[in-house]
Amino acid sequence: MSDLKTTPLHDLHVELGGKMVPFAGYEMPVQYPLGVMKEHLHTRAKAGLFDVSHMGQVIVYSADGYEAAALAMEKLVPVNLAGLGTNRQRYGFFTNDHGGILDDLMLANRGDHMFVVVNAACKEADIAHMRESLEGCSVDEITERALMALQGPAAEAVLEALVPGVADMKFMDVGIFSSDFDELWISRSGYTGEDGYEISVLNENAVALAKALLAHDDVEPIGLGARDSLRLEGGLCLYGNDIDTGTTPVEAALTWAIQKVRRKGGEREGGFPGADRILGELENGASRTRVGLRPEGRAPMRDGTPLFAGAEGGEQIGHVTSGAFGPTIEGPMSMAYVTSDLAAEGTQLFGEVRGKRQPVTVTAMPFTPANFKR
Amino acid sequence: MKYTEEHEWLRVEDDVVVVGITAHASEQLGDVVFVELPEVGTEVTKDDDAVVIESVKAASDILAPIDGEIVEVNEALADEPGKVNEDPEGDAWFFKIKASDPGQMDDYMDEAAYKKFIG
Repeated sequence: MSDLKTTPLHDLHVELGGKMVPFAGYEMPVQYPLGVMKEHLHTRAKAGLFDVSHMGQVIVYSADGYEAAALAMEKLVPVNLAGLGTNRQRYGFFTNDHGGILDDLMLANRGDHMFVVVNAACKEADIAHMRESLEGCSVDEITERALMALQGPAAEAVLEALVPGVADMKFMDVGIFSSDFDELWISRSGYTGEDGYEISVLNENAVALAKALLAHDDVEPIGLGARDSLRLEGGLCLYGNDIDTGTTPVEAALTWAIQKVRRKGGEREGGFPGADRILGELENGASRTRVGLRPEGRAPMRDGTPLFAGAEGGEQIGHVTSGAFGPTIEGPMSMAYVTSDLAAEGTQLFGEVRGKRQPVTVTAMPFTPANFKR
Repeated sequence: MKYTEEHEWLRVEDDVVVVGITAHASEQLGDVVFVELPEVGTEVTKDDDAVVIESVKAASDILAPIDGEIVEVNEALADEPGKVNEDPEGDAWFFKIKASDPGQMDDYMDEAAYKKFIG
């Protein structure tokens, strides 16, 4: 047998006909019998249930209170955490000394502590990084809980029936709810561009909760395949593809996640790894930029595809980092890095696929409009 | 009907061979979103790339199973690549090839052998 780890929902995935593949050290379902395309469309039309238990759930605690933990964490991420309201969550990223991105993550103010969710592939490194760097804080990985995401326009009604009160949450609210499945840690967020929730549940109650959600006619289980096309249509970065240690937040067009208070002239300016480079790029721009691309025709332009300014000759001006067919937009879509002078919306570029240069147009992201409940 | 180890089916119709992929292959590929067909009149040699298929998972090539001339292609697949999943062994044939060496067909598996091959 392999030494892949499994989540508490593993046997349920198999029972539901999930096709299991290795992903970030875990055996995870890439698709169910419905198939990637229908799973994707179902999530946008009704609701999809995703097992994201492989992600790291971490509690950062300081005896001096949330603000102390937030200020310690601000030394690792360029995000306004001290100013984050109670029961609110923000997107952020750990940066390195060169301004690159070590991982992207969610950070929540839960009153007396911070709750953090990190990517599966990076979680060991992230936890070590936090333990080493967060002075005066304890860093506890929550291994006794599974994590699932319920995403799509029907998510609110489905979850409200099981956990009254969640319908009142707004996008990026977090809360702790008592339920038939014991205590649930719920946030109104996700990574599909749809409204929905992420639900942390004790391992021993995970299957019962998943089954209760799946019992609803509007809910189907969704695998990693559709998760990828959903997040790409939503214009959301996949760590390791679209962002990594070699890309800065400014290059990655994630400057919206760096609040004013952490920028030049802000009350808590800089003070995170790589601040010189990142704040400099915020002022003066970066030499390359992450953009969305719509290739002509139906053929997806996948990661690694080299990009050129013209149909013939010339130097390479960038490359695709994610590419797939978008079931909702009924056409191919890609994310890419291009030199910043070619990053304006509407610019025509060319991607070389199987030796032929194919036209693509720089397009605003998300490719599908986001459906968040603000 | 003959089958290749590349999961193509080959059906002889008079002096041409119709080429498609098996239900097993279409299932493995996942939802097909793009099909690029060869041009009619192209001379191909066995194992040349003849068709490009993109599924939601990856790109793959369909090889020419024999030497010959492409005499017809299934244009409908360009607009409706999903047919490859719906009816892989019927409507969703890719191309017809006029064999220049019909003896090459003898190398391929019959249905029983193919079933054994895919286990």
